[in-house]
Amino acid sequence: MKLPIYLDYQATTPVDPRVLEAMLPYFGAEFGNAASRSHAYGWSAEEAVSNAREKIAKTIGASAKEIVFTSGSTEAINLAMKGVADMYGAKGKHIITSQAEHKAVLDTAKHLEKQGFDVTYLDPDQTGRVSVEAVEAAMREDTILVSLMWANNEVGTLNPIREIGKLCHDRGVLFFTDATQAVGKIPVDVEADNIDLLCISAHKLYGPKGVGCLFVRRRKPRVRLVSQMDGGGHERGMRSGTLNVPGIVGLAEACRLSRESLDSETKHARALRERLEKSICDRLDHVHFNGNREHHLEGCLNLSFPYVEGESLLMGINDIAVSSGSACTSASLEPSHVLRSMKVGDEIAHSSIRFGIGRFTTEEEIDFCADKVVEVVKRLRELSPLYEMVLEGIDLSTVNWTGEH
Amino acid sequence: MAYSDKVLDHYNKPRNVGSLDKASANVGTGIVGAPECGDVMKLQIEIEGDRIVDAKFKTFGCGSAIASSSLATEWVKGKTLDEALSINNTEIVEELSLPPVKIHCSVLAEDAIKAAIADVKNKRDSEKG
Repeated sequence: MKLPIYLDYQATTPVDPRVLEAMLPYFGAEFGNAASRSHAYGWSAEEAVSNAREKIAKTIGASAKEIVFTSGSTEAINLAMKGVADMYGAKGKHIITSQAEHKAVLDTAKHLEKQGFDVTYLDPDQTGRVSVEAVEAAMREDTILVSLMWANNEVGTLNPIREIGKLCHDRGVLFFTDATQAVGKIPVDVEADNIDLLCISAHKLYGPKGVGCLFVRRRKPRVRLVSQMDGGGHERGMRSGTLNVPGIVGLAEACRLSRESLDSETKHARALRERLEKSICDRLDHVHFNGNREHHLEGCLNLSFPYVEGESLLMGINDIAVSSGSACTSASLEPSHVLRSMKVGDEIAHSSIRFGIGRFTTEEEIDFCADKVVEVVKRLRELSPLYEMVLEGIDLSTVNWTGEH
Repeated sequence: MAYSDKVLDHYNKPRNVGSLDKASANVGTGIVGAPECGDVMKLQIEIEGDRIVDAKFKTFGCGSAIASSSLATEWVKGKTLDEALSINNTEIVEELSLPPVKIHCSVLAEDAIKAAIADVKNKRDSEKG
C-alpha cells in the first residue's frame, strides 16, 4: 500500500494507463494540426479529433457536432455563461444559479452582474440540493439562463437535473449544467435530461488535465453563443485555438472507459463508501454526514467531526490525501461556501472532511483510512474544550464566546 | 502547508493536556476564541501564593493553535503571575516559527494566559472583599 493514500478523487484523478496509451501516438508521430487541411499529418489529427468527438458525444447522448473542445470545465463554464449572456442579453437580463456552485460558476455570475445582469443565487436545502420548485419560483419574464451543477464537488449531492431541465424547456429558458463531477459517475443523457449546455473535464474521469468540452445543443432549441476567444474560428467559431489533439484523444478514451465500466464502478464506489462510513461511525460518536442520502455521488463521502477542527484533523491524518471543507489551509479562516450555503452550522463546517473514492481505491486503503481517522479524532477530542463542554451537557450555542481575532 | 518541527512536536505530544478544578479558588480559567472562528482555547492555571504551580489546556483549533497553547502552559508553569503576564505573543511566534497566517494562534494563547490570570485574581479579590 502506497502512502499517502489518495482519497481525493473529486479534486482530480490519476490518468488511467489505457488513456495514456491512447494519447501517446499524438505526442509523437501523429503530431499534426487538426486544422491543417493540405496534408496527411493534418488529416490524421483531424480524424483522431473526429473519432474523439463521436465517443464523447455518445457518452452523453449528444451528436458529435454539439461538442466544443476547451481547456477544461472552467473555460467551458465561462464560455457557456458569458456566451449565452452576450448572445441573449437583449432578450433578458436575468440568470438563476445557486450558492452551492463551484467558484467558476459563481465568479462568472459575479462578472455578469457587473455587466448589468441580474443574478438570483438560490440557497440549496440542508442536503445541498436545489429543488425544482425553488427554480420555478425564481423564474421571471426576463430569465434567459439557469445554471446549476449536476453533482456537487464538496458534498456529492445531485440536483434534480431532468426536472429542472424540463421546467426550463417549458419556459423557453436555456439550461446549463456543470457536470464536471457527474460525467463518468452517473448516466448522463442530454436528450432525456433536457440539457442545453453541459461541461466535462477530462481529469475528473481518469483523463489528462487541461482538456474538457462544452456540449452546445444544436436543435430544439438551437443554442447560439458569442465566442469568448478571438482567433482562427476553430470549433465552428465558438472557441478559437489549435486543438489539443492528445488531450482530446485522452478525454474521449476516458469517456469510453467510464461508459463501459459505469455499473461496476458505481458498485465498487458504493461498497467502499459504505464500508468507510460504517467503520468510522461504529467507533465514533457525533459524526455528521454532509449531503443527501438519496441523491448522492457514490464516490464522495463528506463527514464532519464536530468539536475537532478540520485543519488539525488533516494534520493528524497526513497519511491520507483528503480535502477539508474548512478552508483554514488556504489561509482564509472561512469555512467552505458550500457547507455555509447548506446552513449546517459552524461546528460542522469547520470540521468537515471530504473522502473521495475512485477507480483505484482498495478495501485495504479504506480500512487504513478509517482506523487512522478514528484514532486521530479520538485523540483530538481528548484535546478539545468543546467536546469536554458537550460531555458536561453545555449547549455550545449558549456560550458567550470572545472571538477576539 | 508545512509546519515547523516544533509545531509538529507539540501537536504530536501536547504538554499539559487536561483540566483543573475550575471551582477551586486557586485555579484560574481562561477560555478564548469562538467555534465559528475555528479556534477555542481553554487554559487553566493553579497558583500557590503568587506563583503558578500547574497549568493545563485544551484547544479546539489548527495544529498551530494546539502548539501555541501547549507551549503557553509550559512557559507559565513556575512563573509568578506578573512574569506570566509579560509573555508576549511574538515570543510564541518566534519559538514555534509560526507563519504570518498563524499569528492569530499566538495572540489567542497570550489572551488565554491573561484571561486565566484575570480569573484567578478576580477570585482572590472577591474572597478578600
